[in-house]
Formats: sequence, structure tokens, C-alpha cells
Amino acid sequence: MSMRELMQSLHDAAMQAIFEAEDVEKLEELRIKYLGKKGELTGILRQMGKLSAEERPVMGQMANQIRGEIENLLDERRRVVTEAMLQKKLEKESLDVTLPGEKPHLGHKHPMYNVLDQIKDIFIGMGFEIVEGPEVELADYNFTKLNIDEGHPSREWTDTFYFTPDSRILLRTQTSPMQIHAMETRPLPIRIIAPGRVYRKDEVDATHSPMFHQIEGMVIDKGVTMADLKATLNLVVEKIYGKGTVTRFRPHHFPFTEPSCELDIQCHKCGGKGCSTCKGEGWIEVLGAGMVHPKVLSGCGIDPDVYSGWAFGMGLERLAMGEYKITDLRLIFENDVRFLEQF
Amino acid sequence: MKMPRKWLNEFVNLPLEEVGDKAFAEAMSVSGSKVEVTEDLSQTIHNVKVGRILSLEKHPNSDHMLVTQIDVGAEAPVQIVTGAWNVHVGDLVPVALHKSLLPSGAKIEKGKLRGVESFGMLCSLKELAADVHDFPYGQIKAAALLNNYHPIDPLKPSVSPLIKSGDRIFGKVVAAEVTKVENAGVNLWKCSLATGTETVTDCQNVHEGDLVAYNTEKDAICTLQDLHAEQKEFPNCIEDGILILHEDCRPGDDMAKLLGRDDHVVEYEITPNRPDCLCMIGLAREVAVTFGKELKLHEPAVQAKAGGSIADMAKIVIEDPALCPRYTARMVKNVKIAPSPAWMRERIRNAGMRPINNLVDITNYVMLEYGQPMHAFDFSCVQDGEIRVRTAREGESIRTLDGTDRPLSPNMLCICDTEKPVAVAGVMGGENSEIVGDTAKVLFESACFNGPSVRRTATALGMRTDASSRFEKGLDAEGTMKAVNRACELVELLGCGQVVEGVIDVFPGKKPQTRVKLEPGKINGLLGTDIDETTMRKILSDLGFGFDGDTILVPSWRGDVEHYSDIAEEVARFYGYNEIPTAFSGGISTAGGYSPLQQTERRIGEICRSMGLDEIITYSFISPSYYDKIRMPKDDPRRDSLRILNPLGEDTSIMRTTILPSMLEILTRNFNYRNKEAALYEIGRIYQKRPDGLADEPRIVSLGAYGPKMNFFVLKGWVENLLQELGAAKPHFVAERGNSAYHPGRCAKVFVGESEIGVLGQIHPQTAANYGVDAELYCAELSFEALCAAQGGIPVFKPLPRFPAVTRDIAVVCDASVPVGDMTEAILSGGGQYLKGCALFDVYTGHHIAEGMKSVAFSLTMRAEDQTLTDEHAEETVARVLKLLKEKFNAVMR
Repeated sequence: MSMRELMQSLHDAAMQAIFEAEDVEKLEELRIKYLGKKGELTGILRQMGKLSAEERPVMGQMANQIRGEIENLLDERRRVVTEAMLQKKLEKESLDVTLPGEKPHLGHKHPMYNVLDQIKDIFIGMGFEIVEGPEVELADYNFTKLNIDEGHPSREWTDTFYFTPDSRILLRTQTSPMQIHAMETRPLPIRIIAPGRVYRKDEVDATHSPMFHQIEGMVIDKGVTMADLKATLNLVVEKIYGKGTVTRFRPHHFPFTEPSCELDIQCHKCGGKGCSTCKGEGWIEVLGAGMVHPKVLSGCGIDPDVYSGWAFGMGLERLAMGEYKITDLRLIFENDVRFLEQF
Repeated sequence: MKMPRKWLNEFVNLPLEEVGDKAFAEAMSVSGSKVEVTEDLSQTIHNVKVGRILSLEKHPNSDHMLVTQIDVGAEAPVQIVTGAWNVHVGDLVPVALHKSLLPSGAKIEKGKLRGVESFGMLCSLKELAADVHDFPYGQIKAAALLNNYHPIDPLKPSVSPLIKSGDRIFGKVVAAEVTKVENAGVNLWKCSLATGTETVTDCQNVHEGDLVAYNTEKDAICTLQDLHAEQKEFPNCIEDGILILHEDCRPGDDMAKLLGRDDHVVEYEITPNRPDCLCMIGLAREVAVTFGKELKLHEPAVQAKAGGSIADMAKIVIEDPALCPRYTARMVKNVKIAPSPAWMRERIRNAGMRPINNLVDITNYVMLEYGQPMHAFDFSCVQDGEIRVRTAREGESIRTLDGTDRPLSPNMLCICDTEKPVAVAGVMGGENSEIVGDTAKVLFESACFNGPSVRRTATALGMRTDASSRFEKGLDAEGTMKAVNRACELVELLGCGQVVEGVIDVFPGKKPQTRVKLEPGKINGLLGTDIDETTMRKILSDLGFGFDGDTILVPSWRGDVEHYSDIAEEVARFYGYNEIPTAFSGGISTAGGYSPLQQTERRIGEICRSMGLDEIITYSFISPSYYDKIRMPKDDPRRDSLRILNPLGEDTSIMRTTILPSMLEILTRNFNYRNKEAALYEIGRIYQKRPDGLADEPRIVSLGAYGPKMNFFVLKGWVENLLQELGAAKPHFVAERGNSAYHPGRCAKVFVGESEIGVLGQIHPQTAANYGVDAELYCAELSFEALCAAQGGIPVFKPLPRFPAVTRDIAVVCDASVPVGDMTEAILSGGGQYLKGCALFDVYTGHHIAEGMKSVAFSLTMRAEDQTLTDEHAEETVARVLKLLKEKFNAVMR
């Protein structure tokens, strides 16, 4: 075979082999086999000495051309094979994405404090501070200074927990004594809310607990009116229950506010038509409020002719139960982790 | 308080067609009388008509049923099958027609009874949800019909089955066939007997052809009682049956109307400051002002035609005027007890009370109308004709009208005669002066008693009555006279007695009229409104307030009004709370926000939750036995807790001085609920007695957990993390063997610097066992105050290392008792400038390690700040550490 034929046959064989190669290693093997220092093309070229001077450059050129073609094909093939191998690998690595994720265990805030924090944030945004005070309280603060006279039923031992036989020291039955503490100790003007535990002598059932939580709020300033009370509480209710919540203010009675009111929201379930959620009334009672009684103000050394104020109180348990549709108050104090981790 | 709309119309002309239930409820609620619910009574009964019995025939296939033809006002009579024997041809009866509804909820449809079609049902009192108080003549009496006799022992009958008319049964009692029955008045029938006599009976089940037992001596048809017979001997002669109507009604009339159920009843929630609204007139006044209608009131007028004067017959002494500001009384002679008229019964019933008899009904009616509870005494039972209002004497007792003997205590106000109590003032009358049968003389009491006193007495006796629940709110002393006169007016109207002239009125507690200055500027200032004075005056005078120039005269029934702010509320109620504008009063002049302590509290909560702990809320009160449960020493000062004198129960009787029992209770509960693991935290208060009787209420951060992943070091890691995240200086832990609640070998106190933060550890297995838990429980109790104090300031940035670190592991063997914490601290403090970290990675005892020794392995991290650390420097540091360990702890390299 002439050199030309040898080279042609090497070219064809190499092309064939490269086409058939399935992996990168094989391609490298072929490169060495055909183009390596000791490869076949080099072997053929070694015989160049035997050629005439005219043929040498021609053969040399042919050899370079063949080398170039083989190299190009090797590169091309290497790209294809690498791509194929990657595809195969990815295929092998694919997962069942419906298998469960691995969740780090997170702690949960108690649902009632979720709601409380929501309310705290609303009031902080309106310039309120949060104050706390004693639960073991003087009857003076829990009742007398709040204009609740000696004969009032809530003072009975059947309703209130007492520590002294003279009914002087008790567990506070409401957060309202915080109004008195705030008026006695804080500089004017005052804008506070006072959340906390309160205690009443109620047996435990689905809607009662001897310990529960209230949020008290109070504003004392010059020129504070019922219009201001309404504006603020409407805003709070919108923040809690959503924009467009319909409210109504209804006269009510609390000894330490006058005029007093209760704030109802239109039942969001029936839109006011009356259903089981609102007990057919079309309205749901949310909180009690009123203008701080002038007697209470002057009892705390604040001149009711100069300053006025309003106050409100709301029950936290009922709010949380409404928010999360919790049907039994006992769950709140049971602290079953299966309950706590739902919120 | 229930208010029937029909009754309301007597005072305010406001028909249902003009203002329906929903609009009425809404308007009343926003003017201050909250409507809880409105009941349409007619919804409970439907298609029940008055019918007249045209004929009665025996059912062809039954020995006890009757087939009746009934005129119900329609063209054709209706056929109805009944099992009741007390009906007669001509009787008016309630007929539940095909497709009718009864108050029980039962729906009646036509059907066949033993093959005979029945197009409805005749109704008994019970089926109409009424009783004999509603229809006093509805009491049914049954004769013993010999044709219904079923001997208990067929072989030994008390009456021979062969007995016939004229035969003697026993003594003067003979058998007699009834040949004719004619009505002779309400529940009376004239019967002709085959024995030749005529007799009148009030037994309703006697018909032509019946064989009755007739007592010739008493001229009476015998009942079961007369024959000493048992019910089962006369199974169909029962004291039950159809209500025979004796009302002004005609066939086809609607029974709903006859029963007074064509009414809507509004139920209010009345606030305790408005006892004046616990009656029809008080509510009517609110209705009138709410709807801008006229209030029509009636002035009671008494003729008092009986002879004599009350002043000559009775004497009234109030011994304790503080508890009885006023006592007003009138006398009625020749009392005739009878049912009250239908209109009165209907109103009483629809207002939620039960009619009893005319006299009792009058007292209740006046209470419902005027809000003034009344009492009627049988005056002949009042010793010496003298009423003394005084507190009970030691050892006195009374049997009240409900038949219960009640011991009285000396703080209870009683109505007494010269010897004994005859009533518990404002609560309930005594049986000893109860009106029975035809009482000759009745004393009507209309008095005012001290509210709290009545409430305490009623509570102590466990008998809250309609009267006491009104008195306890403090009634208007000015109202007693009108009420007693109204009662006497009704006595005359109903013809149930003759009123004696005169009134005894003892009124030691008369109060001057309350006067409040009308200050429209102040009122508008409080409300944020611009209401003119004329409007204010109009609202107030409609409500019954008077004026003396600029001074408002408060009516006596409005004891709640004494201040301009009260006047503001009256004005606002009818101006409309919802008409008051909403406006923020000027700029917000306070900054608001969380205090530093509150921020720390929130931060602690966040850290706990990020570590996977769930927040809990526990009761502040516990049982004293819980101190034993957590094995607290008997002489521990924390056992001196604030004790509730009137707790709900022992379990909630003292204020906790330690938060541990609360956490253990919740861990136990979760464990018992078979929750595999729990990790919990609470920031709760404990309550420490103070000399002034109040409490210090410091907060404790309480951690608690159990579960497969828990051990002491997980708990310790939480505490370390908590302190680290708060920016506290590095804590140190000291083994604590003295806390008996915890495992003596797995408990530590944690300090930051000199300050003790708290205690943490595994709960003593015996403590856990006291809670019934056989698992490892872990708890920590950290002082919130100490955590706040230990909290670092704002973190200051430290540059990140620029050169790589080198690590070397070393293992040393030392005495098993050497605390690893001490070794780590020594390494870190004595390791030289290049040593940056020292982490324990293994503690080993056992194979290859001598008894009483342990192998401890540390990983040392070294780095230079200005260059890559050389091997020499690293080796030098390791050698230094090993030397130090040898010197300090006699620890040698393995």
C-alpha cells in the first residue's frame, strides 16, 4: 500500500472508531492510538524518508490535514459524549420530590399571645405604651378608686378571691386598676394599654376559667372626647378584623366610665342577618369602653375640668378563640403540644 | 327582662306592623336597652283551632276510643278519633288539624286509627304547653266507671262482673246506670240515673250508658279514691284528657290567639344601674323616647269601699331603717281566691312567669308593670296585727313558701309580727302567713329594702327570686305607693276582695331629689359633639327629668344619675352613640413603644422559639400539696405562700412561689396524652409575700422538656444559647446537689459573673414519680430579672480572621473526678496567644483506661492574627497545653 493509501485507511479507521466511542476514556485512548507520539500516524510519517522530495510536502500536508480532521472529530465527539454522560448522571440522581422535607423543629408562640402581640403592635403604632402591674392587688385599686361602691356584687366573696378577712387584699378581677396606677404615677398625657392576668371565682368550663386575660387601655389628655374614643377604637377594630368592618357603639354601664358603651362588630359570618355565631343578633360584642368617670379622675388627683380621658377593656381569651375558632377555653390552659403547634 | 309587645302597646302605641322585631331590637339596643332575643310565640303553634263536638260514637274496632265529628268553623265537620273520655257533645275543644304544629315541636297529620280516618288530634293542656295555672278549670276529675273495671285478680273481683244497675256494691254505694247527661255549668254535669235519682257530678268522663258507683248518702258519683281503687283497675278512668274550653270563643277561632301566643316577646339585657327598666313602664318609657312616641301612663284609683280604716287594724314598725327605707301597706277584706282573668294570665305568662291565682297574680302583675315587688300576708296570721321590720334574732328560722325550713342569721332582714318572722324581706314569704283558700284579711306589702342586704340574704339562703333580683339592684323608694294602689285597684277590678280605706306608709329613708346643673358646653366637650341645649332639654324631659331653670331635677327612679357625665350619657343615648362623629383629638403627644424590659422579654421568647420550644400559659395558683410533690423541704421559706381565703378548691388555693410545679404539671399532661416529646417555655410570675400583705411578683423564665432527644446537655445548651443570644458574658455552671426537686448528680446552678441566673437539671426521678411519670424530665428556672441584668449591650463588630487556623487533637488521661469544664477553662486561659478555641470531642472510660480514670479528648484551634501559623508555633502551643494539664490536673497524654 502506498503511503497515501495507508494514511487514507488510517483516516477512515480513526473516523469510524471515534464515531463509535461512547465515553471520554475511549476517545483519549483513540487519540493516543492514532495521534500519539507513538501512534499510528506518527508511525506512517516515519516512513517519509523513503519518499521522493516532491512527494514529501504533499504527504506532509495530507498528514496534517488528517491530524486536523481527527482532532476536530475527537473534540466534537468528546463534547457529545460528555453531554450524554452528564444527562445520564442527572437522570440517575433524580429524586422523588414528593418525599417529605426535613423540617427543623420550630417553637410556637402561645395562640393567645399571638393575638396579644398583634394588639400591642396596633396600639404602639398609635403612640401607646405598655404597662404592667400587680395581680395581688388592694381592693382600693380594684374597686373603690374605680367608683365601685362597697355594696357592689362583684365585691362579694362568691365572685372575687381574697387574701385577707377584711377584704382588703385580693386577686385583681380586672385590669382596670392599672388605670388608677397609671394616673397616680405617670406624667400627663397618658396613652397606655395594660394587658394581664385577672381572676374571678368561676368554675372551669368551656367558656369560663378562674384565671383569664384582659387588655385595658386608657388615654388621658386635654380635650379628649368620645369622638376620639370612637375614632381610635374603630381603627383598632379595623386592624384586628379587617378593613370595612362595620361597628356599632351601644350604651352600656361600667362604674368607672360615664358615658359608657360597648362596641359591637357586625357578624362577619352572616353579615348581620343573624346566625349561630352571633346568636341570631347579627352583632358580636368586642369590647367595653367609656369616658373616664370624672370622679375617678379627681380621685387620682387629675382635674376633670382640665383633663378628660377614655378607657376600654377587652377579654383576650374570647378574641383569640374567635380568631382561631377555638371552641373550648380549657384548651388554652391545657397546653397540649398538639394544640400549641397548630398556631 | 321579658317584654311582650302586646302589653307594651298599652303604654306606647307601637304596633308590630309599624316596627318589626329586627328594627325594634336594633333601635332599642343602640339607645341602651340591649335586646338579647325576640321570640315570636305564634311560631310555636300553628293550625290549632277551636272546635265544637257535634257527635260522639264508639269506635267500631276499639273498646276505649271514640269517633267524633267536630265543627271547626269550616263548612263540613271534621272527623277525629280520640282516646279521651272527658269530652261531651257540645264541648269546645282545641283541635290540632291536619298539618298543624304544637309547641312541643310535634307536627300533626291525618291518619287512620284502627281503620277509622282521623283528620287531626284533640289537645290536652300538656300538648298546648300549658298547665292548670293557665287554665284553672282544666283540672280533670274522673269517675270510676264500672264498665271499665278490670279486676287485678280475675278470680277474685271486688265488683262482680254480673253487677247491674241497682245492685249494692258496699255500704251506701250502689251501681247505677247513667241514662242522661246534661251540662250544668263549668265542669258540672247533671246525670239521670236508672235508679231513679238525679245527681250533679264534676267528674268529666260520665256519659249516657255508663255504669257508675253512686254513693246514696253523699249523693255523689264515686271516683277511684272513693272506691279505694287502683288506677290499673280502671285503666281508662284517668285524670287526664282533652282541655274543655270555657273561654269566649267560637269554632274556628285560632288557639294561638286564645293562648295569648299571638305575641312577640322581647328579652332585654338590663345593666345593673337601671333597675327602673326591670318593668313594663320603665321599658315603655325607653321605647317611647327611642321611637318618639307618647308614653301613656295610668294613675291607679282605689275606691276602698270596705268598712273601717287600716290605721285601726294594723301597726307597722321599722326597727332598722337603714335596711328598710320605706314600708307601705294596704289592707283587703273578704278576699275570694279564684283564677285571674285570661288577659292577666296571658300577660304574666308571656312575661315569663306562671299564673297562680288572682291574689298572687296581682302581686306579680304589679311587679312586672311597676317593677315593685309586692307581698300579700294572711293578716289573721300576723300576731297582734303588728308588722315589725327587723333583722332576725339568733336561732330564729322560717319555713318559706316553697316549703323549706330556713335557719336565719342575725344580718338577715325579716318581716316579723310581734313574735316571729313571717317573711324574709324582699326574698320570699313565710308559709305561716300564706294566703290559703278564702283568707279573710290580706295585707299588701309594698316596701323598699336595701339592695346589698337583700342580695346577701338571698345568696346565703340560696334562693334568688324575681323579687330579690329586683331589690338587690336598689329600687326607687318613691315607687311603693303607686304600686300598692295599683294592686288594690286590680283587686277591685277583678272583684277578689274589698279594699280597706287608708294606707300605712312608714318612710324613714326619704331622700332629697337629686339636682344636676345643665351644662351643655361640658356635655359637648365630653362627647365631642355640637348638640344644642333645646335638644338636650327635650331628651331629658321625655325621659321624665324636670327643670328648675338651669338645674335638672332627676326623677326618683333614676338613682344612677347624679353627675353631668351621667346627663351626657342620657343625651348621647338618644342623640345616638353612632351619630357622635369620629375624630382624633389633636396630634399624638406620646411616643409609645416597648420598654427595655419588655423588649428583653420578647427577645427571650424569640430565642426560646428558635430553639424549638413552645410557649405555655399556666395558672398562677397551685395546691399547697404541690410543694410536697416537688420534694420541697418542710422548712423551705418558699412554703410561706399567699393563701386565697375563698378558693375554688384546694388545687387553686395558694399563689405559687416557684414556677416548677406549673411546668411539671404541663409536662405530665403532655406525657399522659402520649405526646412523644415536648419542649416548652413560659415567662411567668411567682408571688412572694411582702410585709404589707401584697406580693413581689418577679418573673421566671421556665423551660421544660422530655423526649428521646433530651438530656442534660441539650437543656444546658438551651440555657447557654439563651445567655449568648442575650449578649451575656460567658456563664459558668456549678454542680448543685442541694435542690431536692432535681437529680442530685444532674443539676447545676448557672452564674454570669457573680450573679446567679437560676437552676437547671433533670428532675429527680422521685419527683417525676410523684407526678406519675417514669421518664426523664428536664427543667430550668431562670430569673428574668437576672437575665435582664446579665444582658449585654449592642454587639461590637470583631474583624473576621484573615489567616487560616490550624487544629490539633489531644487526648489526656486524668482522674475521673476532674471537671472537664475546669480543664477547658484552664486551657483557654493558659494556652497562649495563638490558642483561639478548645472544643471537647470525647470523654471515655473503660477498656485501656485504668479504673477511676478517664480519657478526655480536645480539639485545639490555633491561629495567628498577622501570618499563617507555623508548625513550630502550633507544636509549641500544644506542648504548653499538655504541660498545663499535667500540672493542674495531673493529666497525661494518652
